[in-house]
Amino acid sequence: MHKLLNDSPGENIMLLGNEAIVRGAIEAGVAFATTYPGTPSSEISLNLFQISHESDLYFEYSTNEKVALEVAAAAANSGLRTFCMMKHVGLNVAADPFMTLAYVGVTGGMVILSADDPSMFSSQNEQDNRYYAKFGNLPMLEPSSVSEARDMMKYAFDLSEELKQPVLFRTTTRINHSNAFVTFGDMKSRQIKGKFIREPLRYVTVPAVSRQLHKKLLEKMNTAKGLSETSDFNLIKGSGKFGIITNGVSFHYVLDAAKDLDIEENTKILRLGFSNPLPEKLIKNFLKDCEKVLVIEEGEAFMEEAVKAFAQEEGFVLPINGKSETLFSRLYEYDPAMVRQKIATYFEVEYTPKEKVSLENIPEIPMRPPNLCSGCSHRATFYEVKQAARDMDIICPTDIGCYTLGFLPPLNMGDFVICMGSSVSSSCGFGQATDQKVVSFIGDSTFFHSGITGLVNAVHNNHNFTLVILENGITAMTGHQPHPGADMERFGLEGYGQVNIEKLVRAIGVEHVSVIKPFKVKKSIETIREALEYKGVSVILSQEPCALYAKSIKMLTSRVFKVSDKCVDHRDCVNSIACPSFYIEDGRVKIDADTCVGCAVCAQICPENAITPIKK
Amino acid sequence: METTRLIMVAVGGQGNLLASKVLGEAALISGVQVRMSEIHGMAQRGGVVESAIVFGEATSSIISDGEADILLGFEPAETLRALNRCSRETKVITNTATLPPFTVSIGKGVYPDVENIKELLKEKCASLIAIDAMKLAREAGTPMSVNIVLLGALVQSGGLSFTKENVIEAIKRRTKKAFLDMNLNAFELGFKAAAQS
Repeated sequence: MHKLLNDSPGENIMLLGNEAIVRGAIEAGVAFATTYPGTPSSEISLNLFQISHESDLYFEYSTNEKVALEVAAAAANSGLRTFCMMKHVGLNVAADPFMTLAYVGVTGGMVILSADDPSMFSSQNEQDNRYYAKFGNLPMLEPSSVSEARDMMKYAFDLSEELKQPVLFRTTTRINHSNAFVTFGDMKSRQIKGKFIREPLRYVTVPAVSRQLHKKLLEKMNTAKGLSETSDFNLIKGSGKFGIITNGVSFHYVLDAAKDLDIEENTKILRLGFSNPLPEKLIKNFLKDCEKVLVIEEGEAFMEEAVKAFAQEEGFVLPINGKSETLFSRLYEYDPAMVRQKIATYFEVEYTPKEKVSLENIPEIPMRPPNLCSGCSHRATFYEVKQAARDMDIICPTDIGCYTLGFLPPLNMGDFVICMGSSVSSSCGFGQATDQKVVSFIGDSTFFHSGITGLVNAVHNNHNFTLVILENGITAMTGHQPHPGADMERFGLEGYGQVNIEKLVRAIGVEHVSVIKPFKVKKSIETIREALEYKGVSVILSQEPCALYAKSIKMLTSRVFKVSDKCVDHRDCVNSIACPSFYIEDGRVKIDADTCVGCAVCAQICPENAITPIKK
Repeated sequence: METTRLIMVAVGGQGNLLASKVLGEAALISGVQVRMSEIHGMAQRGGVVESAIVFGEATSSIISDGEADILLGFEPAETLRALNRCSRETKVITNTATLPPFTVSIGKGVYPDVENIKELLKEKCASLIAIDAMKLAREAGTPMSVNIVLLGALVQSGGLSFTKENVIEAIKRRTKKAFLDMNLNAFELGFKAAAQS
């Protein structure tokens, strides 16, 4: 049985934050869950996917976050406890249903999780999604630790049902990807079928209805404010003249700092876990006895601005600070030493930081950027497009997935990416605005997510570019989740449909469609060249399973290659494709037999035919 | 209880996430509080993987620059790269077997001399244990056991507040049965080699 399904209250177990979140949802009796995978939220959905195979929980990987939220909204309004999770930028995609679902509300408890990524460990921006709660008028919960994430998730469903409102559950990477001990609690039973009560004056958001709903929404948020005032998740620790208001992971940095600086005696800490609506009275009371207050929150000055406004209303004149040149930044995540240092500065406490080692006379260390895997078909495709377009002035809009790494040297295939699906639509713009040849790249999962509408646009408006769809059959980057084009039998699952991308592209009306097998280098280059010369929209489908996935399901047996004596050290192989299986030993190119999977792309590039399979 | 802060750096695929799990389990067995933080995502794409493990009473789950009590490096250039996480008091344990990044192959960098790395680490930090964990792992029966060899060295360094027996018990609980003998062997080899380092 899945470890998160164990009905063993009191069991103490080491969990990843994302697993603790799943456990909280399971304990709350969640029955229906949807997502589009995105780091740092991915392990939440992975665990729910696994759990759905051995329980009556319904889980789906939806096409994108907007779809996921709309699917979930229906389930929640049929009375089911529903969970929809995504990474922070996913909520931008789901923002349309999000804003109006807030008006409509829910009947079953519904939690929408946004996994924010301060410092952008694996994201294109570090937007602070707390503003979505304020923007959309939804109650928000923010845990400070892994074990609290479990408790809070369980409560989030009750809160949602009490208010008949979806709840925004906001985490940051350091919650999602930390491990700590969690004690299991009781499990509620799951109600897996509900009933939708037809009530058009609540659910059909024509203007006359929405005018009423908006009013109701503000009333609900008033009720929510009352709950926030007395919530156990808005807690005060200690007493004294120094006031600190904090949230999320910063809370623990503050606790450690107060101890390290020996100011626990005169420091009062307000940790806001139920952070929208903010508990106005609680905050005003907190401010009353403080001499000065420091607000410590990663990201934007979300709490700080509100706290200052509350102080103004009360006529308090105490100094309140947070984001400033000398204190905290709006950039990147915080860390314990930084928080300790800033607290010491602000409250004028003596503090000598540990002396870091001097980094003088350290030799330059070669960079180790992430790289496409050995035998990755994207590498072959990039090389081939580069060869086919060698005499052209090209722009390569790319998209979000492993293949974004193709922008690195020596491939250099990636010039523009802003969000999921932007490769296709930005190609329309570049093709129209310049005389350069536009050739863009998108993965199959991303194409389903938000590339299709761009392609429809391209056909309708008669744009001019070549789109390469990298069809590897899986959502590779986030850990091999399925997508609508995936063969679910490979997951051992039946009863799923499979959408054929080639048919879809043809049905949209793309007239020049070609298919390549990227490990056939010469043939692929010829086919790509022909597509590049076509005036109008051409699509190339580059079909080859993800090597890492194929290896993991034993679909691929490696056929290892070696560099033979015929090598005269041109290094075309290394310099043009930089496969991580190459290494240089005693000035000669070698292939690492442990990692080579035998895609044979290098063997086809070598002008001396010096790269040959090792005979078994 | 005192707080011990351990940073582990490795290259994707070297098994440092499993090593963290073993240490977490050992902490559980020993009744020591523990919080760990990892950077995921690019682990399988050949990038650097870092785990921060905080044992004891501190409640934060990450470790600031200059504040690691122990630095355990699975690859010498990565150990050196993580020097900014160290202070003068940091104990350093490193593998000496190199895994040059592909940037070296394409001429975008030069791999530093391993003897020089060792000298720098010794000079700047409190102590250094440097062992060829790859050689020992092969001796134990599988190159995959580099992580467990290094755990042996870590326990020998004396920086952790739990016993060798508890780490062995954690290896038994957390690693695959088929590899158990090899892993126990690997642990012992790392433990002994570190004593002579």
